[in-house]
Amino acid sequence: MLNEELRSDLQKRGIFVASFEDLYNWGRKNSLWPLQFGLACCAIEMIATAAARFDMARFGAEVFRPSPRQADLMIIAGTVTKKMAPLVVRLYNQMPEPKYVIAMGACAISGGPFKEGYNVLKGIDRYLPVDVAIPGCPPRPEALLEGLIKLQEKIAGQRLFGPNRARHADTRDAAEYPVPAYGAHDLEPALNPAVFKPAPARRAAE
Amino acid sequence: MTGVLEAIRAAMPLAGVELVNNPSPCGQHSLRVERKDVLAVAEFLRDRLGYDFCSNVSGVDWPPQKLKETTTKKELVDGVEKEVKTTSERDVPGFLEVVYHLYSISKKSGALTLRVRTGDRGADVAVPSLTPVWKSADFQEREAFDLFGIRFDGHPDLRRILMWDEFADFPMRKDYVPPDDFEYEPTPHDEILAKVKARTEAAP
Repeated sequence: MLNEELRSDLQKRGIFVASFEDLYNWGRKNSLWPLQFGLACCAIEMIATAAARFDMARFGAEVFRPSPRQADLMIIAGTVTKKMAPLVVRLYNQMPEPKYVIAMGACAISGGPFKEGYNVLKGIDRYLPVDVAIPGCPPRPEALLEGLIKLQEKIAGQRLFGPNRARHADTRDAAEYPVPAYGAHDLEPALNPAVFKPAPARRAAE
Repeated sequence: MTGVLEAIRAAMPLAGVELVNNPSPCGQHSLRVERKDVLAVAEFLRDRLGYDFCSNVSGVDWPPQKLKETTTKKELVDGVEKEVKTTSERDVPGFLEVVYHLYSISKKSGALTLRVRTGDRGADVAVPSLTPVWKSADFQEREAFDLFGIRFDGHPDLRRILMWDEFADFPMRKDYVPPDDFEYEPTPHDEILAKVKARTEAAP
């Protein structure tokens, strides 16, 4: 790798040196195209984020695509009901690599206030690999922008080669996740163990 | 409400209609109609009494319960008259109930509450659909079918409306057990706290 001192020295003389990865990631992170779909009230905040006052275009993510084939980023904006979950997973499968998922709001993260209900999925991370989770009910547009910036930082740090390469650069990852089926009592399977790694239910000594 | 009841009884003396009093301050009394007569009564209410709008259809689950009754009798014990209390338990079989809220837009009156009961909570859960009388009952009767399992005979399109078609349970019934897909709850309480304890103790 290039020494930082040499790089800044060259920069002062008008010569810019960058690795291919840096250039590639710089281009990717500043042109994230979100998939245009909303599930509940968080979608209203997402629309506000995209509109003039908060202006997601400042971060290069204003091109909401109505087709998953043209999208890089899936913003799960709202409550995912069990009836909707297979469709969300199918949309994710239809997106081309590299693709990212933001879980926006309490419902998308964990089921939120509907967690103990019968009809709401207890977090989209049961089926999809979530890159950034934004808490809030709903999160303010600033919070969504913060989440977007966090995702950009994550993309900038991704490696394309080597053992620590990003998920999408790993050919062993099929990048297609099984779509759950409608069962008689619940979705089948109720979660994808390859994706879902919950925090263990541990409490302080009582 | 009593005026409506008298009008129904005058027009249809054989119809099984009774007034269910609500003793609470709101005083929202309702009419309980037998299943066999509900379609005729509904048409009478719409065509003669002007109840042209059905705003709300809901289901109610009445699980089987044991009713305790205490009766007080005056008896002679050792030549002295005393009050003796006897308690008896009575099994009340469960049933499902549909509640319709009717309004009259032309007469600016309402709400008239209709109740219809099913035979039980198992096999005999059919009631006549009132969608042919009030079109607005369509989706709400489907919802009652979806969540309570009440079958509406004569409904034009009786399918589940909120849950998926393959779903087998009725989630709004009192004895519904939701799937145990609970992993972690940041602030557990009541039943969830018991589950958390069971799982944390079971974990190595």
